[in-house]
Amino acid sequence: MRFGVSITVNGARRKHEVEPRLLLVHYLRETLGLTGTNVGCDTSQCGACTVLLDGKAVKSCTMLAVQAEGASITTIEGLAKNGKLHPVQEAFREKHGLQCGFCTPGMVLTACHLLEKNPKPSDADIRHGLEGNLCRCTGYQNIVAAVKEAAARM
Amino acid sequence: MYSESFEYFRPKTLAEASALLKKHRGARVLAGGHSLLPAMKFRLATPKALVDIGAIKGLSGIAAKGKAIGIGATTVHAEVAASKLLQRSCPLLPETAAQIGDVQVRNRGTIGGSIAHADPAADYPTALVALGATVVVRGPRGERKIPAEDFFVDLFTTALKPGEIVTAVLVPVSGKGTGAAYLKHPHPASRYAVAAAAAVVDVANGVCSRASLVIGGVSATPVRVLKAQDALVGKKPDAASIGAAAAQVEALVPDPMGDVYASGEFRVHLASVLAKRALAAAFERAKKG
Repeated sequence: MRFGVSITVNGARRKHEVEPRLLLVHYLRETLGLTGTNVGCDTSQCGACTVLLDGKAVKSCTMLAVQAEGASITTIEGLAKNGKLHPVQEAFREKHGLQCGFCTPGMVLTACHLLEKNPKPSDADIRHGLEGNLCRCTGYQNIVAAVKEAAARM
Repeated sequence: MYSESFEYFRPKTLAEASALLKKHRGARVLAGGHSLLPAMKFRLATPKALVDIGAIKGLSGIAAKGKAIGIGATTVHAEVAASKLLQRSCPLLPETAAQIGDVQVRNRGTIGGSIAHADPAADYPTALVALGATVVVRGPRGERKIPAEDFFVDLFTTALKPGEIVTAVLVPVSGKGTGAAYLKHPHPASRYAVAAAAAVVDVANGVCSRASLVIGGVSATPVRVLKAQDALVGKKPDAASIGAAAAQVEALVPDPMGDVYASGEFRVHLASVLAKRALAAAFERAKKG
């Protein structure tokens, strides 16, 4: 069985016939070739697969592509505009908010969602807001500093 | 990880969804998918068909309904946590919702999905039983209202009959002199409750007139600590009466669930500590309310 989906990804409307069991993360990575969204734990815990669904951070490994019908999705590839990094990306680079980089796309997108809701977060707000994103390099200190820096710039 | 293949349906009405559930034996309802999809990826669940209720209008949202507040089945945890109406009129529910999973989980997981899944370590069941909430379901034979206490039947088992779908949850508006608290010890990775306690109390003239204490995470369904009521009602809420009430937890669950993370004995101990703290917090809030 194939099911038609129409999803706006990074501003462009995409239409495909997909198997219902296709996860959103595999749709993004394999059907669209947007490999910035990572598969980490594949069990809704690590947050490496986080994307913005209608502006809200969600785990794309725990959602079917067909469930995103009609939605607007932003992946890490959609953040930079005209060759200029998004302020959150810029702050992660500046504050060295990444080591191996695997968790970074998810961290950045969850941080975007956090700053949208709370433009001036405290350290505790940032740590709580990033609870659903794990960094196996344990580079949390600089990640928190990066989100604070991004908040100051935005 | 891929689940087994399944047929997928996205009905526009509840009647259509109900008919699909009846027609396709073993079909499951899909809402936010945060309980069902992980189970399907591990192939612990292998439904032949999914009925996605995400496109049915009117199933999401929070509104006052007389002396109760109705929460639509597909309302996500983040919306419950942020609801000003609930924070004012039934603060236990947003307090509970805010402790579920993490930000991303709360943006997708739904109240109806959580309770229909009936995970013994989930947060909503414990709070809803303590509140004396009502679960509204609709099926081929029309609408039924089920007290939360009767809704949770066993491990991952509810009172839902074939073809029935949870459509809403009704929680009572808390009055003056009511205080409530939900406390949990979250598993560090999954954030599910290793143990949890929900307390709802009424205080009049400095004396406890109602005490509803429910613990979660220790057995197949939430457990109401009936004897806590006896220890508190008609008494002044102080360290002695609260301690006596919480002590009832240890005696209550003869065969607690244990797993690789926490033994049954440890879970019950945690639950009794959380019960004591939840009662103390609830009484503190009752004083202010």
